[in-house]
Amino acid sequence: MKILVPIKRVVDYNVKVRAKTDGSDVDIANVKMSVNPFDEIAVEEAVRLKEAGKAEEIIVLTIGPEKAQEQLRTAMAIGADRGIHVVTDDNVEPLSVAKALKHFVEKEQPNLIIMGKQAIDGDYNQTGQMLAALLGWPQATFASKVELNGDSAHVTREIDGGLETLKIALPGIITTDLRLNEPRYAKLPDIMKAKKKPLDSFTPADIGVDFTNRLQILKVNDPPVRQGGVKVGSIDELIDKLKNEAKVI
Amino acid sequence: MPDYTPPVRDIQFVLHEVLKAEDLSALDGYEDVSADLLDQIIEEGGKLCSEVLFPLNQSGDQEGCHYNDGVVTTPEGFKEAYKTFAEGGWCGVSGDPDFGGMGMPVLLGTVMQEMICSANMSFGMYPGLSQGAYEALHHFGSDEQKAVYLPKLIEGVWSGTMCLTEPHCGTDLGLIKTKAVPNGDGAYKLTGTKIFISAGEHDLTENIVHLVLAKLPDAPDGVKGISLFVVPKFLPSGDGVGDRNGVRCGSIEHKMGIHANSTCVINFDEAQAELVGAPHKGLRAMFTMMNAARLGVGMQGLGIAEIAYQNGLAYAKDRLQMRSLTGAKAPDKPADPIIVHPDVRRMLLKAKAFTEGARALSYYAGMNLDIANKSTDPQEKLRADDLVALLTPIIKAFQTDMGLEIAVDMQQVYGGHGYIAEWGMEQYVRDARIAQIYEGTNGIQALDLVGRKMSQSYGRLLRRFFHPALQFVEDHQNDPDLAEFVLPFAKSLMKLQQATAMIAQRGLKNPDEAGAASVDYLRQFALVALGYMWCRMVKTALEGKENNAGDAAFYDAKIATAKFFMHRMLPEADARFKMVMAGAGSIMELDEAAF
Ligand SMILES: Cc1cc2nc3c(=O)[nH]c(=O)nc-3n(C[C@H](O)[C@H](O)[C@H](O)COP(=O)(O)OP(=O)(O)OC[C@H]3O[C@@H](n4cnc5c(N)ncnc54)[C@H](O)[C@@H]3O)c2cc1C
Repeated sequence: MKILVPIKRVVDYNVKVRAKTDGSDVDIANVKMSVNPFDEIAVEEAVRLKEAGKAEEIIVLTIGPEKAQEQLRTAMAIGADRGIHVVTDDNVEPLSVAKALKHFVEKEQPNLIIMGKQAIDGDYNQTGQMLAALLGWPQATFASKVELNGDSAHVTREIDGGLETLKIALPGIITTDLRLNEPRYAKLPDIMKAKKKPLDSFTPADIGVDFTNRLQILKVNDPPVRQGGVKVGSIDELIDKLKNEAKVI
Repeated sequence: MPDYTPPVRDIQFVLHEVLKAEDLSALDGYEDVSADLLDQIIEEGGKLCSEVLFPLNQSGDQEGCHYNDGVVTTPEGFKEAYKTFAEGGWCGVSGDPDFGGMGMPVLLGTVMQEMICSANMSFGMYPGLSQGAYEALHHFGSDEQKAVYLPKLIEGVWSGTMCLTEPHCGTDLGLIKTKAVPNGDGAYKLTGTKIFISAGEHDLTENIVHLVLAKLPDAPDGVKGISLFVVPKFLPSGDGVGDRNGVRCGSIEHKMGIHANSTCVINFDEAQAELVGAPHKGLRAMFTMMNAARLGVGMQGLGIAEIAYQNGLAYAKDRLQMRSLTGAKAPDKPADPIIVHPDVRRMLLKAKAFTEGARALSYYAGMNLDIANKSTDPQEKLRADDLVALLTPIIKAFQTDMGLEIAVDMQQVYGGHGYIAEWGMEQYVRDARIAQIYEGTNGIQALDLVGRKMSQSYGRLLRRFFHPALQFVEDHQNDPDLAEFVLPFAKSLMKLQQATAMIAQRGLKNPDEAGAASVDYLRQFALVALGYMWCRMVKTALEGKENNAGDAAFYDAKIATAKFFMHRMLPEADARFKMVMAGAGSIMELDEAAF
């Protein structure tokens, strides 16, 4: 079993981002960058499958700037075997990412793709689904538990009403939710070993994918500052305000 | 509740831009060292500090350690955290690969120490003491002792202690009474009581390896009669532990700070012991332990200052109180954030200028320790070794004195809330205090500087600092961008040389002169050393701005902080200079009865 785990370099989840003053985008100059948390969970899951003897090889793949190599090394320190890096400074979108992933799926022939359900920068929650469509593969999204049984997988997913368990045939795609696992802390010897694991770099031209944006960002604002509340004297006053001022009932 | 973010960008600035740490890859055994690798390790290590160790800092302080009939239990969560830490390989960052260590530079260990001390100083002392035991055994242990103990210490399944202090002696170890009597089979039976033993007993590891100073029956009086022994809690057996040795924890202390680190009375009762190194030569071995440990304690001062500063800064931006003297700065709010007030800014800037300067100085020492350990060029090795020996007492005493001072200032920024336990700031004040006392009090560090380091080889150690500093002045005094930094630094350097000459001269005739000058001289030296670091950082920041315009705000902040240091901190060196030059008279003349 060969597992492909696509990961993304994003602003660290602890960073409180701000809009650029011209409103063109979020300002990420000189802020801390990390592996997208959902992707880290995907890597951890793949490594656990490998440790349990259910997978032989884990490939991590990223599409992003030169520095995204750091995130590939982090994933390899957790336990991935080798890395693939498509180097681009473009602000990549789900569809072009899915197309790039398709290219490597065809080349590498993994049996399973585990990926984050969304990246915390764009919050699209689309790439996994698009890739499944492009490949014609089954998908199980928002996984909170994964069990492999030969050529199929049981995936428990979090839905509004509770938990739902799906069986998908492999090869297939699983996208991770937060509760799937708790990623480990990379061990020092593994960090050092990760430096020596193979990492292949490609340009967008090498793989024939055009990352030109199809979406246009119109404006990015900081969330409005919360206004102070008022104390109401009675239930009647509250109802009156909800009706006539807030106009919500 | 305080917060901790590892200051990764600031660390990287010193490592890569100021010191060019990747040059260490030219040394034997460090071939793998690269900026990338260091960054990756610091990133992951920092994560462990902020996510695993830091959340236990306040709870560990509140709960403290428990003692029950010889058994010590650490606060809740410590055992699991230690397991994560040890299994992650962090006990052996710069350990010898022959014994399972990672063989990374001491410099990297120094960076980790800083972050660990910021996150949880009490926790950090458990692996910290093991490090001391490791150093002593690595340098002076027999091959057999190394094979038995080093892999276990590096793996972190056994921990270490340093057992020096006894009820009647701390500074004056020549007075120790603990005795070791030969068994006849090459081993010894060791009997005595040690007090204040950090990490002397706990539940984190399967065994505890005590390194104990004791006297042989034929020992000469005083420090020339001290020998070093290794005394395990459980006797090693096969690849694990066997019988319990005659070592028992009699009680633990109730104390001002570092509550989560056990401070133990350890009773040795005919405990089976092995000599480490030659008989009566324990002092030398002890100093090997102590030097590494003293730098480590200096990092405690820095680590506490950093965490206190981070939180003082966040509070100062958030707390609204009074209007700025020059008119409202946040007119939309009921009052201005207190960071607008000059006195609050003064405290924050002092904290910033100290931590960033001390970080550079500590890493400078750490990097030179690597050169001293690994260089194959004897001249270079000696230079680096001298420099570290010189800087060690300065880093230990100055950084721990400032650790407390900054913790108090940042507590002050919190106003009354700084005094309330829940906010966490008073813990930093309590934790910082011990670092001025143990590993040789700061007064003893100052004596080490004027007594041993200054006179050693006719001032050769001093020249290891003065020469590059003077060279820097010569190279840059005519650089208009640097002038406002280099000039005050050059003046302070001159005065330091003057003070040095004065102490050497008068101290020769009357040692009380050197003793009376020592503490002020150490502070003067430390400020000048930080001045040197700040000049180098400004130079680097100016270059950085040119090469990396996107990061201009970062570099500008460095330059502005350097300005504060030159205007508001370096002048203290002048005051200390005057105190030194005043001589010992007013200190020594007053009759004891007149006090
Ligand atoms: C929490 C804690 C943890 C500790 N951990 C350890 C440990 O792990 N292992 C260990 O062995 N010890 C440990 N110690 C002991 C510590 O190192 C000693 O307390 C310290 O060295 C001072 O010794 P003392 O207490 O006997 O003070 P004293 O030696 O009695 O000194 C009292 C004062 O006199 C000054 N003084 C003494 N001699 C001179 C001199 N010649 N010139 C100028 N001033 C002088 C000192 O600076 C000090 O201010 C610990 C202590 C504490 C409180």
